[in-house]
Amino acid sequence: MNPTSAVAIARQPAWRPLCGRQDLVANSGVVARLEGVQVALFYLPDEPEGARLFALDNRDPKSGANVIGRGLVGSLAGERVVAAPLYKQHFRLQDGTCLEYPEQALAVWPVRLKGDAVEIDLGP
Amino acid sequence: MNSKLASDLQNLVVIGNGMVGHHVVEQLVERGALARYQIHVFSEEPRRAYDRVHLSEYFSGRDAESLALGAATLYQTPGVTLHLGVPVLEIDRARREVITAAGCFPYAQVVLATGSYPFVPPIEGAEGDSRLVYRTLADLDTIQAAAKNARRGVVVGGGLLGLEAANALKSLGLEAHVVEFAPRLMPVQLDEPGGQALKARIESLGVGVHLARGTQSITPGSEYRYRMNFAGDEFLETDLIVFSAGIRPQDALARQCALGLGARGGIAIDSQCRSSDPHIYAVGECAAWNDSVFGLVAPGYQMARSVAAQLCGEPADAFVGADMSTKLKLLGVDVGSIGDAHGATAGARSYRFIDEASGSYRRLVVSADGKHALGAVLVGDNSYFDTLLQYVQNAITLPADPSSLILPLGQAAPALGVDALPASATVCSCHNVSKGAICCAIDAGCTDLAGLKSQTRAATGCGGCAGLLKQVFEHALTARGISVDKSLCEHFAYTRQELYSIVRVEGIETFEQLLARHGKGHLGCAVCKPTVGSILASCWNRQIQEPWLVPLQDTNDTFMANMQKNGTYSVVPRIPGGEVTPDGLIAIGAVAKKYDLYTKITGGQRIDLFGAQLHELPDIWAELIAAGFETGHAYGKSTRTVKSCVGSTWCRYGVQDSVKMALLIEDRYKGLRSPHKLKFAVSGCTRECAEAQSKDVGVIATEKGWNLYISGNGGMRPRHAELFATDLDDATLIRYIDRFLMLYIRTADKLQRTSVWRESLEGGLDYLKAVIIEDSLGLAGELEAQMQLVVERYECEWANALKDPEKLKRFRTFVNDQAGDPDIHFVKERGQRRPVRAEELTLITTQELV
Repeated sequence: MNPTSAVAIARQPAWRPLCGRQDLVANSGVVARLEGVQVALFYLPDEPEGARLFALDNRDPKSGANVIGRGLVGSLAGERVVAAPLYKQHFRLQDGTCLEYPEQALAVWPVRLKGDAVEIDLGP
Repeated sequence: MNSKLASDLQNLVVIGNGMVGHHVVEQLVERGALARYQIHVFSEEPRRAYDRVHLSEYFSGRDAESLALGAATLYQTPGVTLHLGVPVLEIDRARREVITAAGCFPYAQVVLATGSYPFVPPIEGAEGDSRLVYRTLADLDTIQAAAKNARRGVVVGGGLLGLEAANALKSLGLEAHVVEFAPRLMPVQLDEPGGQALKARIESLGVGVHLARGTQSITPGSEYRYRMNFAGDEFLETDLIVFSAGIRPQDALARQCALGLGARGGIAIDSQCRSSDPHIYAVGECAAWNDSVFGLVAPGYQMARSVAAQLCGEPADAFVGADMSTKLKLLGVDVGSIGDAHGATAGARSYRFIDEASGSYRRLVVSADGKHALGAVLVGDNSYFDTLLQYVQNAITLPADPSSLILPLGQAAPALGVDALPASATVCSCHNVSKGAICCAIDAGCTDLAGLKSQTRAATGCGGCAGLLKQVFEHALTARGISVDKSLCEHFAYTRQELYSIVRVEGIETFEQLLARHGKGHLGCAVCKPTVGSILASCWNRQIQEPWLVPLQDTNDTFMANMQKNGTYSVVPRIPGGEVTPDGLIAIGAVAKKYDLYTKITGGQRIDLFGAQLHELPDIWAELIAAGFETGHAYGKSTRTVKSCVGSTWCRYGVQDSVKMALLIEDRYKGLRSPHKLKFAVSGCTRECAEAQSKDVGVIATEKGWNLYISGNGGMRPRHAELFATDLDDATLIRYIDRFLMLYIRTADKLQRTSVWRESLEGGLDYLKAVIIEDSLGLAGELEAQMQLVVERYECEWANALKDPEKLKRFRTFVNDQAGDPDIHFVKERGQRRPVRAEELTLITTQELV
């Protein structure tokens, strides 16, 4: 068992409102900001398991620019990914892993739709 | 899984992080050395290993990072420590310690990979900018600084590195000269006629070549900074001098700790690459085997593999000398040297081909019995190299007439088919990959070239074997009955052309429909989404901001602007034909001033405005549209510009009104989306000031009408447009362009320019003329009707988006905040702002904190 995930499970999630459902764009990304943190939000309403929402760090480690939220969403070998708009490297929406440069993972945060509100847990 | 404690591991010290030192570490890690050793790498340079073979590209656009070798993660592997900028000062062999400025490190084994240093002959007056060298990135920075105020530069040394250095000076915009002591260029690799051919070629590129001249002293010059004085009162003035007169093995550490040396320097090694101390190995250019130093990367890699294998307890190939064959492009000239290039073998005979007109030379050296090739020299055309190398390396029996191997290749070229190569034939000598190893990888399921390269590492060293690798690959696939997979991506088992027909025939208007009927999965990817987006636009020309089209577009089409490196956008209003009123110019200027946009004139007679943030785009466009402008589609694979000269209206030579025709063309095709961008131009007379022959569609006025040129291209691979039809009236001209563009859109591959498309067309220009002019396929009416639909549905995308609050919602930097991105910083330069560079950012942050 990975000890860090055990801690994450034990902690009470601290949901905080981020933006509204109407701010999301289906099958694409938008960017929201909370206390200086830039969050790229990707909304996939028609997934086989139901609507999915993902929150990733908006900063592209390769270019240093805050552009991840403007990348193209797609799937590669069964993984849902976003292609960074400048150099086109792919990040897994699920956990932020970069497929081309594994050392460049993006931070991801738990995020959910509560009624018409988008809520995020940026951690302690 | 490494269960050993760190204390169980022995220290393995690698001194030097050049190409060969890096390869040692790579090979060690790959072979599992970390189960036995902690690896410490010491490098006196401040950067990790980089590609010295392609060093001169540093001046033609490549930066230090892109020259770096392999993945940076290698040196983040636990158990591997890279000490950059830490030179090893001494080796204490008695205590088995290396002594550095950062402290002492005990070792069990040492690998010396200290490389070489440039030899600078002792010449009176050589110092500072008259004593530059060309070896490291730091040297290149010094040369670049010296070149700032210089007009002319001289390289001393006409060998391989000297010519590379001359190329570097040329890239820096200097008038370059090469001074060589020997009576010919590249005396080691080339013979006399080869040297002459190379000299002729290089001189025709504007590089001065001065042979058989030894520099005796350097004194202050009168027209340039320095004067190089040669024997017999001859001299050459110059602003800087780069010495590239050979290398010397960097054996200072070996001398300090009294290891055995070669007769002409270098750390003496045996066939196991071991020095006189069994705990110390030496590899690459610092080592001397049999008193010879090997100044190429392939033998260095060979030594690195041998040492890594021994250190991991694996059987290792002995190093018993190396093939010094080289294939190069020097100053853009092909040069090849194989095996016994000088015909020194007893009884050797030569075949020679000399073409003084083009400066080409080829020599084939064969054995006394005429059965086997021993060596070759090539100048001007390396397409013969791979075949000749295989004949020499694999002792393949020569054809009855060996001269056929170096004679100009006719229609029935007697090239050695890859079929004839034995499985043991080396394809990639940098990484020692045989044809057999490549075929094994293919048999194991590797069916794409990129995968083959990363799996076998073939063609990832100097890259010289890339062409041969591709041939072996394609041949092996065909032989195995595997057809090359032309699927667009994992979601569509169709080519772009096939998808285009499906969309047309079935009248499909959405990605979801196409995917559901003909694809796999439900999301698509960054390859198929923009491709299908482009096809849908070419066919139906709906607004790309419609909700069902938005997720298909790349970021530039999504936001209808061009994303720049810091995440801001540039904006290009359409300026049809390059014609703009003073009021239009003032309006653009006012917008640029208001939003503080960096302003630059483009090559297509328009104005590009840089540095706008996402949330500013709608305001900027509202003002531009109010001033009468439309979107310029600079962000799309679509019609860009129609460049024109002023034509008969103003010009004394003009024979037609080229501006009026440019406006007609630009107005008709604006908003047309295609497999790649489309550029047009119209010239008012044969003087061709609008450069129409470098455009996808070029129109040049004649006394009787218009000549139409097609499929030209500028850019990376320029291509002259071809004359397609002459003396056309306006209506016929437009009809032909309609048909040409729609045929291209229908049949081209994704991201294929008209030039490449035209070259790949079976039947060539004649076929194209038959289809477009004579309507041989009966398609003309259909193509024209399809174009007419696109033309009728045109609407400025920005004007459309501004009318719709739902579409405008996308143009927010943050959806929950009005602010801009706080991480975007600019500095002023030449009166305008530009993105801050990473190294300037720390400065700004500190200032802001203060």
